[in-house]
Amino acid sequence: MTEQTLQLLTWLIPAFPLFSFFLIMLFTKHNKTLSWLLSWTAIIGSWVMGWIVAFDMFGRDIDSLAEHPVGIRSAVDWLPFGDYAKGLWLQMGVAVDPLTAVMLFAIPFIIAMIFIYSVGYHNYGQPPGQVRGVPNHGQEEPLLSRFFAFMSLFAGGMLTLVVADNLLLLFVGWEIMGFCSYALIGFWYARNYDDPKKITPRKAGVKAFITTRIADVVMLLGIVYFYSVFGTLNFSEALSAHGLEAAATAVGPAMLGVMALLLFTGTVGKSAQWPLHVWLPDAMEGPTPVSAVIHAAAMVSAGVYMIVRIFPLIAVGMEGNPNVGLIIGGIGAFTAFMAATIAVAQNDVKGVLAYSTISQLGYMVAAIGIGAYVAAAFHLITHAFFKALLFLGSGSIIHGMEHGAGHVHDHHTDPQDMRNMGGLAKRMPKTFWTFVIGGFALSGFPILTAGFWSKDEILADAYFQGTNGDAFAMVVFITLAIAALLTAFYTMRQISLTFLGEPRTPLAEHAHESNNYMTIPLILLSIFAVGAGWAGIPEEFPILGPLVNNNFFHHYVGATIEHALSGLEEAGLLAHGLETLPFNWFPLMTSLVVALGGLFLGWWVYGRNPLKSGEKDPLIRPLNVLYPFLQNKWYWDELYQFLFINPTIYFSEVIAYEVMDKGIIDGTLHLIARSVYAFGDYVKTFEKRVISDGVDWVKDQVLAMAKEFRQLQTGKIQEYTLVSMLIAVALVVVVLAINFGWLNQLFTIIP
Amino acid sequence: MDFIQDNLLTVTVFFPLLAAFIILLLPEDEKTLIRRLTLALSLIPLALVMVMWFNYDRAAADLQFVVQADWFPAIGSSFHMGIDGISLPMFLLTAILTPLSILASFGIENRVKMFMFLFLVMETAMLGLFAAFDLIIFFIFWEFGLIPMYFLIKLWGGADRDYASFKFFVYTMAGSLGLLLSIQVMGLATGTFDIIELMDKWVALDGGTLAGTGLSVSLVKNVAFWAFMLAFAIKIPIWPFHTWLPDAHTQAPTAGSMILAGVLLKLGAYGFLRLVIPLFPEQAHTAAFVLAWLGMLSIVMGGFAAFGQWDFKRLVAYSSINHMGFVVLGIAVYAYVAGLPGSSEALTNDAILATSGAVFQMFNHGLSAAAMFFLVGVIYERAHTRDLRRFGGIWTILPVYGAILIFTSLASLGLPCLNGFVSEFMVVRGSWNVFTVQLALSMVGLLMTGAYILKGLGTVLHGPTKKEWLGLKDMTLREHLVIWPLMGLMLSLGIWPQWLVVFINDTVTKILG
Repeated sequence: MTEQTLQLLTWLIPAFPLFSFFLIMLFTKHNKTLSWLLSWTAIIGSWVMGWIVAFDMFGRDIDSLAEHPVGIRSAVDWLPFGDYAKGLWLQMGVAVDPLTAVMLFAIPFIIAMIFIYSVGYHNYGQPPGQVRGVPNHGQEEPLLSRFFAFMSLFAGGMLTLVVADNLLLLFVGWEIMGFCSYALIGFWYARNYDDPKKITPRKAGVKAFITTRIADVVMLLGIVYFYSVFGTLNFSEALSAHGLEAAATAVGPAMLGVMALLLFTGTVGKSAQWPLHVWLPDAMEGPTPVSAVIHAAAMVSAGVYMIVRIFPLIAVGMEGNPNVGLIIGGIGAFTAFMAATIAVAQNDVKGVLAYSTISQLGYMVAAIGIGAYVAAAFHLITHAFFKALLFLGSGSIIHGMEHGAGHVHDHHTDPQDMRNMGGLAKRMPKTFWTFVIGGFALSGFPILTAGFWSKDEILADAYFQGTNGDAFAMVVFITLAIAALLTAFYTMRQISLTFLGEPRTPLAEHAHESNNYMTIPLILLSIFAVGAGWAGIPEEFPILGPLVNNNFFHHYVGATIEHALSGLEEAGLLAHGLETLPFNWFPLMTSLVVALGGLFLGWWVYGRNPLKSGEKDPLIRPLNVLYPFLQNKWYWDELYQFLFINPTIYFSEVIAYEVMDKGIIDGTLHLIARSVYAFGDYVKTFEKRVISDGVDWVKDQVLAMAKEFRQLQTGKIQEYTLVSMLIAVALVVVVLAINFGWLNQLFTIIP
Repeated sequence: MDFIQDNLLTVTVFFPLLAAFIILLLPEDEKTLIRRLTLALSLIPLALVMVMWFNYDRAAADLQFVVQADWFPAIGSSFHMGIDGISLPMFLLTAILTPLSILASFGIENRVKMFMFLFLVMETAMLGLFAAFDLIIFFIFWEFGLIPMYFLIKLWGGADRDYASFKFFVYTMAGSLGLLLSIQVMGLATGTFDIIELMDKWVALDGGTLAGTGLSVSLVKNVAFWAFMLAFAIKIPIWPFHTWLPDAHTQAPTAGSMILAGVLLKLGAYGFLRLVIPLFPEQAHTAAFVLAWLGMLSIVMGGFAAFGQWDFKRLVAYSSINHMGFVVLGIAVYAYVAGLPGSSEALTNDAILATSGAVFQMFNHGLSAAAMFFLVGVIYERAHTRDLRRFGGIWTILPVYGAILIFTSLASLGLPCLNGFVSEFMVVRGSWNVFTVQLALSMVGLLMTGAYILKGLGTVLHGPTKKEWLGLKDMTLREHLVIWPLMGLMLSLGIWPQWLVVFINDTVTKILG
């Protein structure tokens, strides 16, 4: 494969889906079949091209990649500034380094699976539904073309972000996804619920967009700060040892920490970290599996991907300003823990997964906060696989339940509520087994699953630093370990409530396995949910380590950063480069205990004696008042409503508009007008005595105007007339003053 | 042809005026003919501007197509016009928006001839202003543009049109008087009204007293500077001089709003770029902080006030204040750096970015605001209401309109890949080092941009279908013809902004570099 071909392919990876968006919107929107075929073609094309590029990169020599990580690059002049003949252009381009290659291996494949699945989920081939903007259960989605158009745009945005060689292009993809997420969450824009407290899809879409935008505007500041300090937005130029050294000399390492935090704020929004996590659970209002998988596998990964991408900056920033590490690690660990506790008490099958996503993203952010770059990247990839699998699985469950609902004509029982399920294992075997694989991967089931290897690595990193005198890393370690226990517990709870025991409602009784469009992606994804972890088994791991003996992920992705960080160490910006972890039994045993312990506890509470119809959740009694606290998500939504949303509406409608514009500003104008009106009357009566002949014409003009406008019956218009009169008089005075030099005399008196 | 080539600029500027009088000759009841002929005639300036566009020497980036003729030699005023990289985009914007606005107002039934006449007259005024290089000429065009808009609002406006048109008129006049006075003082002091000459003579004046008046130069300069500031600040409008704008927009006919937001607001910003900063560099440098704070307040308060609206058109009107705030912020950076003795290379680069960004934002806002006002007009013509509380579920009934409204709103929101984002990024990048605090605070306004845009989209398009809107018809071919050129421009400038930005950047670099 020649260099040019690879460059072209890299450009085409995001271009294909973007192009299909335009084609569907402009030409094929009236033909559903053509529309989804078009978007399939585009995404499968991106998948194939992504793998060609990725495998080409995998095949390259690691040592030379470590020195020159960007294996493929291509850029064009995009925006001129200043004397661009001298090369002052802002360039837009694509670049592939080992991290990008790994992402290109995972992301297009996962998105392609989602596309395939969606056709089945929207009941393609069934009689078409008649009502737009609401789910048509069991019928073909009437807006299928629009759905695939937005999905294609979304895929284009995500792939743009992955191949971007600079922060601005990354941000472009980032924002496109933000919009698509708004559009797809609110896809059923006409849907209303009987319960007025339940958030509608359209409101959830707005909530997602605005919440992430809070972070995005701060991130925009980070981008311009980055640009102004480094003089470039290109990752490989700016984040080289040379670039960082110059930047640190210019503004100091502590300010680089501030820059890192500004950019990190974007991650807090996009990857749903506390305190901006509130949008993600409501994002589940979108079409069940698909929008959900966006908010689990692809889009939310973007935030973590960005901080992984700019890790050298964060590393230098943390060195210069220790608070940076505390903030990033603290937010990550707290989010991981908080979301895990909430997930324990959720009854919506997607709600559990939503909080588990927040929690797992917290792991990755915490890993970055303690400097565990490779572990974060590794968990990012494995999580993308198994979380996509779990979400598609939950979509399949809901689809099966809706099938049951259609069968018994019951449209009031919530098909997403796990309390209404039970016994689905027999009815939906493919969904069951793939879900179990995904769930075990999420719990970190030892050895077999991908989640174990990546999560273990984060814990090992935290423990290693914790035992080396970093008390904060120890706190992170303990928090994450507890969160891992909770993760395994709620996963087992979910599997038990959903699949085990006997059906608790007629819906579950008549549930039905989903079609092949849906089950085949599940099976394919479950292969990776297990297999992806095998790329990252440490060599020192007993038995398996020497057996597999390559720890591909670590060497491949780690080599680059190792080289970069050692360069920074030489430059004196880091105390030490990336350290290779010695093998330690303690974190490994911790991983084993929390994963197996959590699964066992979950089985003990929920699986041993599956819930019967009408029974309450066994946790309600022991948790007591804590249960509603968890179930209501720590009341963050209520708090924000009170603290931010209501005041904003009040400020906008009352302060900014009624009080400021209508009251103070217009009021002042009207007041001036009224007083001038009075003055004008005075002028009119005593004009001869007051105003000299020299300005008679002004008076005449003014009076003529006043007369004319008085005929209009609006009082305010007269006031405005008089404002202009006052101004005219004032100006005449000024002219006279200038002419006769009064003003100068006045100013010589007043110093 | 030679005549046209030799006098390209003059012909372009005055052709609409000629066309206006041609229209005046037609009989009043030939409405269709009047509309079609006006549209056809308004396309000719566009063609002429295209000729200028392709003949403009980008590398030289100086004043081109210069016209200089004796006009009023007694007072030192000459008919001096020319085009540079800042005027050219404004020319293009005016020449594009005028035919589209005329096309958008084909639905007007009463006094069609007068309407079209005023529109064409206004085009000459706007084009003339963007080309003027003599203060007297500048002022004449400035006032010339005011009157047609006043009548457009007053005669074809909504229920509260008297109040709105009068407020518009008086507000602008209040600014103009100071402007006129200052212009006279400047002419008196230097013996010329030529902007290029004034940039030497007037700026060079310092210390001592002004010939013929006995006033201290610095005092006169300060007074004249603030008079200029006020005039242009009202026109942009900068918070807190903005309250005429929502009223004028809400009452104006659709095409009036399109031109008002699309071009007339840019006259104010253009005045800052062309007159205030080049003629008063020291004063502007001192006042740059004031300008930056007011720009920030425009962005933030405009955003909040827009979010607080329940009238669709008023919401869009307030969005103009929000967006023009970025222009003001960019201008503030220009003002700060232009008057800074011995500015560093980095700072100059910041100013180039901010200034180019401001000009580009003017162009972008012209496109997106005109498109937004047009779309508000489209739905108003059908539903006869602008009350956001009454709308809902329109997307199901008007799917094409819905998609177009979303596209346009996103351009207004500043979504990457669409035009607004690029210029906002340029301004934000350019102001970061100079006005960090103001910039950081204005991010609140940028957040509110998202909030009010989504409020508009959500309340109009989303929600269950309402019976009262079931009969509404989707967009007609004529309406498509208005909106597609705008959408095409917005997309092309978002993806490949350099086709326009190089022109701006070259001139701005030349001015600042």
